[in-house]
Amino acid sequence: MTMPLETAANPTRLKRVVIEPLSRVEGHGKITLLMDEDDHVQQARLHIVEFRGFEKFIQGRPYWEVPVMVQRLCGICPVSHHLAASKALDQVVGAKELTPTAEKIRRLMHYGQILQSHALHFFYLSSPDLLFGFDSDVARRNIVGVAAEYPDIARQGVLLRKYGQEVIRHTAGKRIHGTGSVPGGVNKSLTPAERDELLREIYQIVAWSRDAVRLVRRLFEQSLETYRSFATFRAHTLSLIRADGAMDLYHGGLRARDANGGTIFDHVDYGHYWEQISEDVKAWSYMKFPFFKTLGVENGWYRVGPLTRVTRCDFIPTPLADRERREFLAFDDGRAAQATLGFHWARMIEMLHAAESIKDLLHDDDLLGNDLMVTGERQSRGVGVIEAPRGTLIHHYRVDENDQVARANLIVSTTHNNQAMNTAIREVARKYLDGRKLTEGLLNHIEVAVRAFDPCLSCATHAMGKMPLAVQLVDAEGTVVDSLVRGSA
Amino acid sequence: MTRRPPVLVLAVGNPSRGDDAIGPILAQRLEALGLSHIEVITDFQLQVEHALDLEGRQRVIFIDAGTGTPSPFELRRVQAMADFLHTSHALLPEAVLATYERVTGGVSPETWLLCVRGETFELGEALSPAARAHLEAAWERLVELCRKQGGCGCPVG
Repeated sequence: MTMPLETAANPTRLKRVVIEPLSRVEGHGKITLLMDEDDHVQQARLHIVEFRGFEKFIQGRPYWEVPVMVQRLCGICPVSHHLAASKALDQVVGAKELTPTAEKIRRLMHYGQILQSHALHFFYLSSPDLLFGFDSDVARRNIVGVAAEYPDIARQGVLLRKYGQEVIRHTAGKRIHGTGSVPGGVNKSLTPAERDELLREIYQIVAWSRDAVRLVRRLFEQSLETYRSFATFRAHTLSLIRADGAMDLYHGGLRARDANGGTIFDHVDYGHYWEQISEDVKAWSYMKFPFFKTLGVENGWYRVGPLTRVTRCDFIPTPLADRERREFLAFDDGRAAQATLGFHWARMIEMLHAAESIKDLLHDDDLLGNDLMVTGERQSRGVGVIEAPRGTLIHHYRVDENDQVARANLIVSTTHNNQAMNTAIREVARKYLDGRKLTEGLLNHIEVAVRAFDPCLSCATHAMGKMPLAVQLVDAEGTVVDSLVRGSA
Repeated sequence: MTRRPPVLVLAVGNPSRGDDAIGPILAQRLEALGLSHIEVITDFQLQVEHALDLEGRQRVIFIDAGTGTPSPFELRRVQAMADFLHTSHALLPEAVLATYERVTGGVSPETWLLCVRGETFELGEALSPAARAHLEAAWERLVELCRKQGGCGCPVG
């Protein structure tokens, strides 16, 4: 399968532009553009160095260690891996249904993760682009720039993120490397003092989350044409869905919809996900390209994440978020819900849903219970699926008779979105870069498109000196003809 | 707010990524000393909320592994800088200070970065022999820094 602008006809005769690594994207990513003599884009690719050795890192470990150690795969969403692994290993220990306390503690932890991750993404990674403009002064296009001009927004972002981290700390037991979720349940519930501490601030958190939704709406209203069309394309979708059609970020069946909203499959047991989803391989990227088997490699690619979840659920089971969902779907005759920048709006609706869900859970005395664990008949295999902040996350393990992980397969959100992100950057390349001399601002348009998906490449390595952004324009002979550098190593 | 220990040590790194474990290992050793005037926080990477951990401190010491850092380590003073040119999902210490100043309206505490040279950062790798040696050299300086009381307050002596 080759998509338009995926592979140039005569690549050796073209100029090559490399954006590596992407700024404000977790981990290692690289975009290459091949351009002809007249600066027309002939090829655009997003390459991602996925966590190779990921499964190998897990194999051979005792299964009960896995929910803790998988948190080291990712510095941004360790809780999502913690919970997806726990859900998979619930099946291995025969825990078919968790105790109410265990399930609600896990849900609380998950909503804390959604809240902090979405707050970080919007306020710190994307709002500089959205508030100042994609090609505004790069020195100002960052969170300190936002803090200078919009101090209340910046402060709320910090405090929203901090609150989510506190929810995680109380439920997982520690600020990082938490051990709260274990195969078969949890190892701690909340104390009344912990619950009361979280309750004190939750109403303010709900209010700020609602304000954030309104802020994105205003941004759409101010630049409607740009937001409507920027990197926009049609795609099939995949998400978890509750039995009654409600959004459920922690558990449910698989729902796949086509680009027009028609059903491809619905309420499918994720324990057999491989019967619906397969993965294609391309020589130019380490990251695989998942697709729906029934539609084939060429037509079966899809999109996951907040935009999918908000637009493809039948309703959101918290009132404020559901009201915002309905307004989002109706806005601009439904075009915002189709737009790539609609990811930001949907993400803030989910943040509001997470805040409301935390509030509701904190009023539930099951969080204080002592019945934490269940076990049953030991199984050799388990699949856990969760809607992580960035999209559907699949953990699949086989455990041998020595209680060690014999095989592991993980499909992370960013992998599901691989083709969708490539399609988005090709749309931007075609519309904004084609035939123009490249500038930092223009190249940032590409990154804005990628950042809308909030890809998490999960290197979880941040050592000093590893995050400069260098862009070089190299001719066919390998000579550097132009360069743009952000920062230095 | 409860009175906080005057010295904050903020160590960053992933213990399962080779030499990225330098920060967490040093933090673990420091915690074992049980120094009451020091709070130790370990995290994968620096984030905006760490700005709030700076409140009420007299001195902050960031510890991190570095690539291209002078061997065995570099100790330098850090100033708030609204320069996010490196920005990814993780922040630089300078950016954490800048966020602190913008969000609280206060002036950053005296802040140092102890950056220890690392060589390999692959998932599942152990600490490299070179990094082990660098870590030992840095440990002596870190202890000296943390024990130092009074005087000019300059941790490099």
